[in-house]
Amino acid sequence: MQQVMNVNELTVRYGDGCVYCIDSDKSLDKNRCPKCKTVWAVRNVSFSLYHSEVLGVVGESGSGKSTLMKTLYFDREATSGQTFLNAYEDGKTNIFSVSSQQQRAIRNNLLGMVYQNPLLGLLMDFSNGGNIAQKLIAAGHRNVSAMQSRTFELLEHMEISVNRVKEPPKNFSGGMQQRVQISKAIANNPPVLLLDEVTTGLDLSVQAKVLDLIRMVQKKFNISIIVVSHDLAVIRMLSDRTIVMLDGQIVEHGFTDQILEDPQHPFTQTLVHSLI
Amino acid sequence: MNENNDYNFAFLDEVSKREIRRAIIKAIAIPGYQVPFGSRELPIGRGWGTGGIQITLSIIGPNDVLKVIDQGSDDSVNAVSIKKFVHECTGVEITTDTEKADVIQSRHRIPEEKLTEGQVLVLQVPMPEPLRYVERSELKARKMHADSEYSAAWLLLYEQIMRYGKITMGAAYPVMVDDRYVMSPSPIPRYDTLKLDDADCLYLFGAGREKMIYAVPPHTRVVPLDFEDYKFEIEETEGRACSICGATGVFFDEIFDAESGERYFQCSDSGFCGKNAERNKSNATSNECK
Ligand SMILES: Nc1ncnc2c1ncn2[C@@H]1O[C@H](COP(=O)(O)OP(=O)(O)OP(=O)(O)O)[C@@H](O)[C@H]1O
Ligand SMILES: [Mg+2]
Ligand SMILES: [Zn+2]
Repeated sequence: MQQVMNVNELTVRYGDGCVYCIDSDKSLDKNRCPKCKTVWAVRNVSFSLYHSEVLGVVGESGSGKSTLMKTLYFDREATSGQTFLNAYEDGKTNIFSVSSQQQRAIRNNLLGMVYQNPLLGLLMDFSNGGNIAQKLIAAGHRNVSAMQSRTFELLEHMEISVNRVKEPPKNFSGGMQQRVQISKAIANNPPVLLLDEVTTGLDLSVQAKVLDLIRMVQKKFNISIIVVSHDLAVIRMLSDRTIVMLDGQIVEHGFTDQILEDPQHPFTQTLVHSLI
Repeated sequence: MNENNDYNFAFLDEVSKREIRRAIIKAIAIPGYQVPFGSRELPIGRGWGTGGIQITLSIIGPNDVLKVIDQGSDDSVNAVSIKKFVHECTGVEITTDTEKADVIQSRHRIPEEKLTEGQVLVLQVPMPEPLRYVERSELKARKMHADSEYSAAWLLLYEQIMRYGKITMGAAYPVMVDDRYVMSPSPIPRYDTLKLDDADCLYLFGAGREKMIYAVPPHTRVVPLDFEDYKFEIEETEGRACSICGATGVFFDEIFDAESGERYFQCSDSGFCGKNAERNKSNATSNECK
């Protein structure tokens, strides 16, 4: 299978660290340095993402899932480690090492992101159409009618009535807001889509609808997706392979079915048993 | 300086003026880039053109001639009080004639008469950041400028097209300066925006409350942002003429006479209008003599 993204030894911390915790063999209090209180939110995380697969990332609250996603989308700076995207210079250049201008180009053209918190992903006072077009404009589009027809197309994919294109997302329910975020995220046909807790906090029926739409998007556009959730049920529905995170580290990874049937790590075992 | 003087020449102390001049020089060196400066307290409230006044006070010399306009008018309360203040602390000559002025301080307009080499137009700026409407964080907006990431500025125009079918931005229309920085030209009408491009004069912009100075030096390329299928357009002037001087093709104020219920137009630039009316009158008298 063709690899589209490779993350290598990625570490992200909140805080400056100290002599104690910057040293390699540190023992932390969960993810926090007992001496300087720096949070090591993501620690030496490595994985690959393959063409048109859905990779699940599961873990309890605070395990570093959102930090991982935000770092891959350049919202946060990586402390150390590399990431390679096949679509960027044939996967030969660490995307964290390039200029911030280059990073914006990568983000605008090669990545899509749906934030856990819609306030981070959408301008609540702008129209839905404007929100989606923002991604198109950022990628250099300057033709209004072309952008409008693309917007209509995306709204249709997400089963949002085009009549609502002028409304602001603040008038929308949570599930609808996530669908606008998805439309925006896939506007430029990126090879990689990052979904952070897209269905968390939604009613079950709404959740099912959004999950269906994500599966449709994945099949239709052959896009590779990283889907983050603290809910193993969501991961089970969507992902081919799964990574289990605990205190910023990967404690288990493998095919989703395998992990569900035969969890190895005690944390995963608790997680799986709570599902049944 | 004479110790009996109430103020230093041009009110500000020499250190302040030097600092402001340094900011101006940096702004000229990087056209369209917002240079932070330590905005000083003046005996005029912030929001009343203190950014522009500080620039004017820092660049004006005793032999310069000053013109001050507000909304195109030399006689508005604000323009008069600024003129009075600058005159009191510098003794410079004040004019309403654009051609005679060395320094013109303005709010909302660039004069109708083409400014020439050696003239400086100082514009008062309430909101220097063109990305503010989309990006509220100052830090993020500055990062966007650093990366030339201007989708936020285009988005604002796109949103207007979405909602109203056209670009409705009337004043402070965003422009690309020297193919590098997106800049707010202060709340001048769209009609004046094109005068910034390849001009003979120097434009300086001062935002007192927001503590920013920026510049468009002579002969800089200034291009309004637009889309392939929605182009930048200036306000309609066709079929309109000034009810005082008869001028056409200038920027008008629309006047509504509540008594007669009539709508008519007048030159927004009162200095130009006065001169034009005067010229028409003398032309008329010389014609009569023939
Ligand atoms: N801005 C921040 N400053 C300091 N610490 C932070 C910050 N954001 C997150 N953290 C910490 O980093 C760790 C990882 O947080 P993160 O939000 O990535 O977890 P998560 O797995 O997404 O959790 P959740 O399931 O609650 O969304 C947590 O310990 C959190 O407290
Ligand atoms: Mg999270
Ligand atoms: Zn430490």
